[in-house]
Amino acid sequence: MVELYILLIFMIVGAIIAIEVKDLLSSVVAVGAVGLALSIVFLVLKAPDVAITQLVVELLCLIILIRATLKRDLPFSTSGRWFLNTMITIGFIIVLLLVAAKSFTDLPPFGFPIMRVASHYLNNGLSQTGASNIVSAVILDYRAYDTLGEATVLFTAVIGVLAIVRRIGRKKVGEKVKEEDE
Amino acid sequence: MAVYLLCLVLFSLGIYCILRKRNIIKIIVGVIIAEYAVNLFFILVAYRMGGRSPILSEGATIKNMVDPLPQALVLTSIVIGLATTALLVAIAMKIYEKYGTFDITKIKELKG
Repeated sequence: MVELYILLIFMIVGAIIAIEVKDLLSSVVAVGAVGLALSIVFLVLKAPDVAITQLVVELLCLIILIRATLKRDLPFSTSGRWFLNTMITIGFIIVLLLVAAKSFTDLPPFGFPIMRVASHYLNNGLSQTGASNIVSAVILDYRAYDTLGEATVLFTAVIGVLAIVRRIGRKKVGEKVKEEDE
Repeated sequence: MAVYLLCLVLFSLGIYCILRKRNIIKIIVGVIIAEYAVNLFFILVAYRMGGRSPILSEGATIKNMVDPLPQALVLTSIVIGLATTALLVAIAMKIYEKYGTFDITKIKELKG
């Protein structure tokens, strides 16, 4: 499990770089590095389907973000109420960490899940659904309505993006259309 | 347990970025990092020590597989995360087009 710790520390370092670096494009590229490391972590944790999806989604996300930040760099503003804002943020994070440390004691230890529902899926999945990949048996058969809801959310978000990006109204005679959508 | 703590540190970094930064792109970056941390936490909970990936094959013992249920739910969550990120980026680009800045403290005048 050493590689898991190394990858997690790499992800944390990448996240710190992404948060603190001043250049927006560098920040987006650092987030891409974090996402690709997350894909390898999924492979280490024996979740190949999730790793493949994470890889594809990460690349698409990177493309969208780079398209948004290209040629739009701007200097940071650090003016005004620096101390108060930082204190409020750190206080919130400390409260979050305290609550989480309290609730971590109720979790099963790492590497020993409870698997009450999942054991039923594992034992009867092949005979009930005929799929040898249990993950696809769960998302496409046992919990197919969940996948339907996912598709609904996806199309709603796409409609939202189209409604925001689209330009309303006719353009004037001499006006040029800027190339500005995704 | 230390793995959970590292995952929580990643989530806290995302929360810090959302609350503290003033650039909209940085806020989106924070949302993405927090989302990665939550997905990672589910997969960590599902891991079984010395387990195999949940794909049946000839002569495989069912006993030693990792939990397939959180993996299926995270698979859904990742795709929804992409859609919400695209929506956030679209709103950010529209704001930039209207106000000429990504700085949230400069966006005060809500003129029609």
